[in-house]
Amino acid sequence: MPTSAMPGTGLPVPPRPGRSRMSPRSVLLWATVSLLGAVAWGVLALARGEKISAVWLVVAALGSYAIAYRFYSRFIARRVLQPDDSRATPAERLEDGVDFHPTDRRVLLGHHFAAIAGAGPLVGPVLAAQMGYLPGTLWIVAGVIFAGAVQDMVVLFLSMRRDGKSLGQMARDEIGRAGGAAALIAVFAIMIILLGVLALVVVNALAHSPWGTFSVAMTVPIALFMGVWMHRIRPGRVVEASLIGVALLLLAIAGGSWIQNSSLADVFTLSPTTLVFCLVGYGFVASVLPVWMLLAPRDYLSTFMKIGTIALLAVGVVVAAPVLRADAVSKFASTGAGPVFAGALFPFLFITIACGALSGFHALVSSGTTPKLIQKESQVRMIGYGAMLMESFVAIMALIAAATLEPGLYYAMNAPAGLLGTTAESASHAVAGLGFTITPDQLTHAARAVEEQTLIARSGGAPTLAVGMSEIFSGVFGGTALKAFWYHFAIMFEALFILTTVDAGTRVGRFMLQDMLGNVFKPLGRVNWKPGIWLCSGLVVAAWGYFLYTGATDPLGGINQLFPLFGIANQLLAAVALTVCTTVLIKSGRRRWAWVTAVPLTWVVAVTFTAGWQKIFSDDPKVGFFAQRARYADAIDAGQVLPPAKNLTDMHTVVTNSTVDGILIALFLLLVAVVIVNAAVVCVRAVRSPHPLPTTESPYVESRIDRPEQADEPLVGAGS
Amino acid sequence: MITRGWARSVRWYLRELTGEAEYDRYCERHRHHHPLAPVPTRREYQVLRALHREEHPHSRCC
Repeated sequence: MPTSAMPGTGLPVPPRPGRSRMSPRSVLLWATVSLLGAVAWGVLALARGEKISAVWLVVAALGSYAIAYRFYSRFIARRVLQPDDSRATPAERLEDGVDFHPTDRRVLLGHHFAAIAGAGPLVGPVLAAQMGYLPGTLWIVAGVIFAGAVQDMVVLFLSMRRDGKSLGQMARDEIGRAGGAAALIAVFAIMIILLGVLALVVVNALAHSPWGTFSVAMTVPIALFMGVWMHRIRPGRVVEASLIGVALLLLAIAGGSWIQNSSLADVFTLSPTTLVFCLVGYGFVASVLPVWMLLAPRDYLSTFMKIGTIALLAVGVVVAAPVLRADAVSKFASTGAGPVFAGALFPFLFITIACGALSGFHALVSSGTTPKLIQKESQVRMIGYGAMLMESFVAIMALIAAATLEPGLYYAMNAPAGLLGTTAESASHAVAGLGFTITPDQLTHAARAVEEQTLIARSGGAPTLAVGMSEIFSGVFGGTALKAFWYHFAIMFEALFILTTVDAGTRVGRFMLQDMLGNVFKPLGRVNWKPGIWLCSGLVVAAWGYFLYTGATDPLGGINQLFPLFGIANQLLAAVALTVCTTVLIKSGRRRWAWVTAVPLTWVVAVTFTAGWQKIFSDDPKVGFFAQRARYADAIDAGQVLPPAKNLTDMHTVVTNSTVDGILIALFLLLVAVVIVNAAVVCVRAVRSPHPLPTTESPYVESRIDRPEQADEPLVGAGS
Repeated sequence: MITRGWARSVRWYLRELTGEAEYDRYCERHRHHHPLAPVPTRREYQVLRALHREEHPHSRCC
């Protein structure tokens, strides 16, 4: 029995639904759900050569989620984690009304979902659509059920039992110094890559688009206005400020259309490089300004837009019931020679779709704010597992939006610029070379329908998703007249998420850096020493800005080069999180159930290490960074310029970028290997030890909250 | 009547989700623990809250 053994309390213990049989009604209900899901999967698997409705994807996914939530998450809760509702959670014990306070589970679900869901589940599935919709769907659904949601739930539970400790701290406490330090550095490095790649998505979506640039730029004054409103004019009125903000935002999107056709259009038509500098400058300012001015209001705006748009998209998909035009499994799934990302289905599909199936970054949220707010232990199931299922559903919808596009258009938008050229004719020709068709006319028409100058090589996922969403939305609300509005709505909404992540990430990165550097030079560690703040903000911004800049100027296409790096980084973080979970399960005498996290851990280690290995050692210059470097370096020695590079400067850029990327991947793998080896040593020690090794779980305190809905007296002697 | 019930639930949820309701909770707590001290105004609370957020950044995922 783990340390969570329930002592004899006089409290009425809630009846254990445990071994009791299911009622006939519930048997009937779950049989129907299973049947529906099975039929939908059957349709997806058997439909060949004919176009099927996206509704089947939705039904298959929702059916699977329902069954997984009802049965698997309950199994994990009851057998593996054994939450105990008579035990006071940190929210109750340490209640301070600020960081710790028991929060209604529905509210906390909203909080947690808003913190984990962002642009990630929207971008990855769009890129992965190059292999067809079926492999992506299978991975999103199976991945979330057996890996992603399990990780989120278990990390949340462990952190909750440790007063809301962060993943890094848990790694240090449960695994050891070396593992803890490696985990900390890995988290920081991975965050930098993540911010760089996400910002690159924004740059690619806004380049040469005055409409998009205007509406996204307007989010800054809108946020400032909201900040002043909530802080000065009507303090604390968040809801009304957010509603005003959303209204202004919709106005800004509509206004973009007017800007585009006015003399101001040139001011907002920016090249990728200019946008990079704007974003870097913005990131720095946002990190230095007081939170209430920019960051907090943006966060509210983004949360409202997130929940609203996702709900709208779900309604749109069900009502419009679009037909999936992409192949179920494309030829690139087997050849691995796709233009969007290179490499075979295993492992590269599984790192391209990270968020939505398994995202290591969630472990940081699950071990951050959420565990400090949980009212009752058993709620980790709904909040940890449930919120991740919701995010997975967002990923499914993004995949649907991409798969409803004509494949010709999809490739014209997502292949690298070097391959497609800049004219409709060259792009049409290049797409034909890939084995798909789109006429130059169709391409021009598609761009005109959403009032963009061009849709060629608008990689990064956001524009593709926006076109897909505009198709779906205009089919339900407003018809073709509103197509351009919906396109820019979708762009704005993604950019808003990403900029919120960039703001928050830069700030978190700054604190981590200050913390680390504070060990070397004391004043740097002080969170209110201005020069320290500026220096560390500058360093963090410069770090992700570097990747952003190289991505925006990379002749081989930044997304195509950097997205695998991002995916590997994110999944490696998941490997660290699952390692911590598995170690704790084994240490606390739950070896029998350790497979619950050990199986996804094995899988994610296999995926990331194979992908990393190929990225480092593959002979194929399209896949291996060092093979690519050698190819271009040799050409430079021979005085040649290899397309898509246009001159020797481009050639040198490719050489530098592939070297940096290759070294980074090697570094990541090394750090994670240190964590895993360190953990393995601890696990062996735990298995050999006759009694469970000590863990850092906080001791049992009896809960005073009898029913989840009525929080009354605070605990005497616990908390402030 | 049903719509009013709905509107109330939505308002409750939004106020809780955005943290607007935090102030009420804070005041209640304050009165309980320090019955003699004056309760901070909404404006003062907002400043306290902003200061706190300044030093406790939240991660946002991708």
